[in-house]
Amino acid sequence: MSNQKPVLYSYWRSSCSWRVRIALALKNVDYEYKTVDLLSEEAKSKLKEINPAAKVPTFVVDGQVITESLAIIEYLEETHPDVPLLPKDPIKRAHARAISLLVASGIQPLHNLKVLQLLNKKEAGFGGQFAKQFVVEGLTALEILLKQHSGKYAVGDDVTIADLSIPPLIYSANRFNLDLSPYPTVNRINETLADIPAFIAAHPDNQPDTGLNA
Amino acid sequence: MAKPILYSYWRSSCAWRVRIALALKNIDYEYRPIDLFSEESKNNAEFVKHNPAKKVPTLVINGLSLTESLAIIEYLDEAYPDPPFLPKELDKRSYSRAIALHIVASIQPLQAINIHKMLNEKEPGYGDFWCNHFVNKGFLALEELLKKHSGKYCVGDQLTIADINLPSIIYNAKIYKVDMSKYPTITRINEILAEDFRFKLAHPDNQPDAPNKN
Repeated sequence: MSNQKPVLYSYWRSSCSWRVRIALALKNVDYEYKTVDLLSEEAKSKLKEINPAAKVPTFVVDGQVITESLAIIEYLEETHPDVPLLPKDPIKRAHARAISLLVASGIQPLHNLKVLQLLNKKEAGFGGQFAKQFVVEGLTALEILLKQHSGKYAVGDDVTIADLSIPPLIYSANRFNLDLSPYPTVNRINETLADIPAFIAAHPDNQPDTGLNA
Repeated sequence: MAKPILYSYWRSSCAWRVRIALALKNIDYEYRPIDLFSEESKNNAEFVKHNPAKKVPTLVINGLSLTESLAIIEYLDEAYPDPPFLPKELDKRSYSRAIALHIVASIQPLQAINIHKMLNEKEPGYGDFWCNHFVNKGFLALEELLKKHSGKYCVGDQLTIADINLPSIIYNAKIYKVDMSKYPTITRINEILAEDFRFKLAHPDNQPDAPNKN
C-alpha cells in the first residue's frame, strides 16, 4: 500500500461530495481535501484531466481514480470494512442500496446546478419550479421507503449507505424553502444523524472551502 | 418456490437493465406489465403492495420486494454469483460501478420518459433538445471512460454491471437523434452486446407489452 494519502476532489456544497466525506469520516480514513470551484471553468478544466466527466467527488487512491459517489463508497466499504455501511443481511443491503440510489439517481440529478441553469435560461424561475417538483416527488417516495425499512436509522438500527443520502437532500430541500412537515420519518432520521460526529465533520459548513461562492 | 415476478414496462430503461441481469443469471421469472402512462395500471393493488412508490422495475424474489435497478442487480449478483457482474480486481470493480452509475445517475434521470414529456409540453421540441443535450454531455465523458477501461466490453474482457446499463441508454440516444459516430467505443461495445442472445431477450421489442405485440 502506498504511503500517500488518498485525495478527495470536493466542493463544500456538493451533495455527492458530502456523501463521500461522511463515509470517509465514519471509516476514519485520513485524506487530502482538494477544493474544486464548481463555478470556475478553469478549475473544472483541470479536473477533467483526472475525471473526464469533470465532476466532484473524484477520489484518487493508490494511483486509481474513482468517480461517482456511490462507487467510491462501495470501494471504501470493500477496502475499509470496519464501521460497515452495508448490513450483512441481503435484504437490508438491497434496501440500503435502493434508498441511496433513489436519492442519487432519482432526486439529486434533477436539481443539480447545470440543470437549473439551463432551465432558468429557458425561462426565468423555471429551474427552481422544476427542482422543487422533483425534490417533493422524491421526498414522498423516500418517506414511503423509510416508513417501511427504518429503525433508528434509514434501514434498521445501524447507520448505512442510505443514511449518507439524507442530510444533503434535506439541506437542498431547505435551500428551496420546501415545507418538510409531510416527511416526519425523513426529518426524524435527519435529526438523529445530525448529532453524529462524522456527519458533523462532513457538513458543508465545516470544510476547507466553506463559503466559497456563497 | 414461486417464480420471481418482475413488474416492468417494455420501454423503461431501468426495467430493461434488470431484464438483462435476470437473463444473464438465467433466472426464469414472470413478467407483469405496468403501463407507465396509465394511472389505472400503476394503481394495481398487487403492484402497489410491493412498491408503494409505484415505480418500475420492482422485483419480487425470495419473499422480498426489491426496487431501484442497480440495487436489484447488486442483490442478484450477491445471491446468484455465477456469472459474476463485478470483476474480482478492486480497481475494475470500481470502474464497473462508476460507469454504471454515470449512466444511471448522470444521464438516465435527465432524459427519463416523464422529463421528456414534461419539457415537450412546456414548449414543443424543447424536451427533444434537452434529452439530446444531456445524452451528448453524458456520452462525451462515457466515451473517455470506456477508452480508458474497455477491452472487449466496458471494463476489460468480462461482462460487467457497466455493460448491463449500456444498451438502454443507446436505444434512447437514437430516439433523441444523438449522432453516434462521435462515440466509436460506445458504439463498438453496444454492437457486441446486441449480438448476445440474453441481451436480445431483454430488448424492449421482445417484451410481452411491446406495442407491436398488442
